[in-house]
Amino acid sequence: MSHKILIVDDEPNIVISLEFLMKKEGFIVAIAVDGDAALEQVAAFNPDLVLLDVMMPKKSGYEVCQAIRSDPARAATKVVMLTAKGRESEVAKGLALGADAYVTKPFATKDLVAQVKSLLA
Amino acid sequence: MNAKLRFAVAVVVLGLLMTGPFILTGTLLFADAKEAERAALADLLVPRLPLGALLTTLGFIVGVSVLRNLFKQYVQGLLGMSEKMRLMLGANRNFRVAAEGPPEVRELARAVNDLAQQRDELLTDVETQIDHAKASVEEEKNRLAALMSELAMGVVVCNLDGRILLYNNRARLQFKALAQGPTSMSGGALIGLGRSIFAILERAQITHALDNIQQRLKRGSSEPTANFITSTRSGQLLRAQMAPVIAPSVDPNAAENPISGYVLTVENITRNFERESQRDQVLQQLTDGTRSALGNIRAAVETLLDSPDMEADYRGRFMHVIADEAKSMSRRLESTMNEFADSLKTRWPLEDVLGVDIIAAATSRVTSQLKLAIKNEAQDPALWIRADSFSLIQAITFLASRLQDHYDIRELRFRLSSEGKMAFLDLIWSGTPMSSETLYTWEYESMTVGSDTTPMTLRDVIERHGGEVWLQRETAVHRLYFRLVLPVAATPEMQHDEQVGHMRGESRPEYYDFDLFAAHDAASSGIDLDRKLSDLTFSVFDTETTGLQPSQGDEIIQVGAVRVVNGRLLRQEVFDQLVDPRIPLKPEGIPIHGITEDMVRGQPTIDVVLPAFHEFCAETVLVAHNAAFDMRFFQMKEDSLGVRFAQPVLDTLLLSAVIHPNQESHKLESIAERLGVNVIGRHTALGDAFVTGEVFLKMIALLADKGIFTLRDALDAAQKTYFARVKY
Repeated sequence: MSHKILIVDDEPNIVISLEFLMKKEGFIVAIAVDGDAALEQVAAFNPDLVLLDVMMPKKSGYEVCQAIRSDPARAATKVVMLTAKGRESEVAKGLALGADAYVTKPFATKDLVAQVKSLLA
Repeated sequence: MNAKLRFAVAVVVLGLLMTGPFILTGTLLFADAKEAERAALADLLVPRLPLGALLTTLGFIVGVSVLRNLFKQYVQGLLGMSEKMRLMLGANRNFRVAAEGPPEVRELARAVNDLAQQRDELLTDVETQIDHAKASVEEEKNRLAALMSELAMGVVVCNLDGRILLYNNRARLQFKALAQGPTSMSGGALIGLGRSIFAILERAQITHALDNIQQRLKRGSSEPTANFITSTRSGQLLRAQMAPVIAPSVDPNAAENPISGYVLTVENITRNFERESQRDQVLQQLTDGTRSALGNIRAAVETLLDSPDMEADYRGRFMHVIADEAKSMSRRLESTMNEFADSLKTRWPLEDVLGVDIIAAATSRVTSQLKLAIKNEAQDPALWIRADSFSLIQAITFLASRLQDHYDIRELRFRLSSEGKMAFLDLIWSGTPMSSETLYTWEYESMTVGSDTTPMTLRDVIERHGGEVWLQRETAVHRLYFRLVLPVAATPEMQHDEQVGHMRGESRPEYYDFDLFAAHDAASSGIDLDRKLSDLTFSVFDTETTGLQPSQGDEIIQVGAVRVVNGRLLRQEVFDQLVDPRIPLKPEGIPIHGITEDMVRGQPTIDVVLPAFHEFCAETVLVAHNAAFDMRFFQMKEDSLGVRFAQPVLDTLLLSAVIHPNQESHKLESIAERLGVNVIGRHTALGDAFVTGEVFLKMIALLADKGIFTLRDALDAAQKTYFARVKY
């Protein structure tokens, strides 16, 4: 059974690449363009892994991450944060709030795919 | 026995001498005589008695007047003369006794004058030698003073009580910027010899810096200095560096010498950091903005390369992404450069500070402003943070006040740790859980604590530090904490072990030889009545008024004051202010004080000047000539202005009566003349304050001759003469 991945990002220009990459690896992909939509999709789509952008309208990636982590039923859901903010303190914040990995833009597509695969293995 | 009593006894004795022998002889004759002889004697004497009594009375009157004359010339004359001789001993060396009275007294006066002459010649000789020695010391002091005034940094030297012993002009200017409101009219009154540095800098900051220095000295550090940053309300930033003044060694075997004071160098760093701050800002905007676009391009390009068999439609969309993002990157670069030009609203610079210093400052702020208990958990004492301490402490206080208001917390704990280049400052509390969303809303509100408002938000402060903040739970112990992530600074202290010991004694610059470091302050700032007059700080003042009747609407039109510290009149530390009385001046007063309508119009009014003057006089004893008069004017205003002059007041008029009870005039001019004080610039408030101050300094020595040493002694003695005068 193939894994389900939710891509959360408000920028279509990165969503197109992420969607293409994940589909190519054989994952089932859903897309959300803001924080509120992301939480709805988490409930409806029940993803195994969420690729989560930090800077988004309505709810930030940090908030979405914390919301996911506060639900014990979603303990197994992996969260990979993707962000243009590369400061060490932001990485620390993401990990402290429960992200499983934190990927800084720009990233190598190969590395991202490897990261996702290893988390779902 | 005083002179008057002795005079009375002498008169009685004279009376007895003149009548006694006659009465005695008469009584004896009468007792010895027979009956017939007695009758004959009575017949002979009785008709002549009135004549005898008259003659005796006349003789008595002549006797008394001779006695009185003798008394006046020999007893009172000599008393007055000895008062004047004492003047020659102390206050006025050039005074000479006038040769008056009977020849013997005149001869005595001449002998005394000759003695004084001889003494003067000897003294002059000794003084010449002392002056010679002093001159070389003075030259060194002047060299130091010149050096200090050339420095672009403010220098302030304090003893351990925080009393200022020395400052340069630059320090005066820098701290003047800190002065608020009407204090500036007194020309940087906040800084002054003998004043407390705690009026300018926070006590906790200084204490903490001193503790740090002590610790470093114990560790044998070669740089036992401490740094801190303080900000003015006008937004200027001052960086202060504290270096200890080591007391000269008494015991050569002592492991370390005690600190007797400290030198503060103060520098305005606001401008220095503006440019660096702007560069930081641009760099940050460029990197953050570019990451996203570059990320999109890279993902698209790598996907294209990895998928050579992609359908044309898809490929077109990827190409479009690349073109689109490249364009947006150009736009971003353009707008960043434009913003850079516009963004002259400089942010606060970052400084290297000890993390525990920030916590100490935040603790004092939170406890004083919010009355919230603070406890400390594990804190790394050696952790240096690169921070803007001012805004950071504001942020911490803001968070604490929000917690107090919304979650009713009773206690807040601080914890400080680090991981690599990140320092973690945690604000921990237990009780009601809160949600992260609440913190998100707080992050974007402008920070207000009580009446303190700043346009900055918590987010701004965090961004400025390149830091982060989040809410975390310690579920096991039911506690929550805000974690503030801040950048760790490279430890600024260099350890050079071979230089240790350099600080100890031998390299001590010579200008520390001012004998000023004796810390004799009582713990409190109150005035100790049992301190010696020579050790106290005084504000000698005078006022000019529209008239003599404060209760009938007369008003103050000028206040002048000068400080006396350590037996010196500090002519540069003065208060000199005209006051608009808001009533017309009386024409008859103008020739006396020389102040005209034009001069007072537009000047501040008494409700501004009196509080400023009150601040100038804080913690000092007030001195004035005929002080009761000036104090009445102040008292008329005390209730309406809410300033109370509660400190002790000494009156040079009453003190003069204590010192010279036999002199007729206690006017300021007469006293000045008696004590050899030059009178210049009289009848301006400041001019009179100068004269009063000089007179007062001379009086301290004369009072000591009378056994009056402490403030309490002087107040008691003045009160006694006051009552004595009231009785007359």
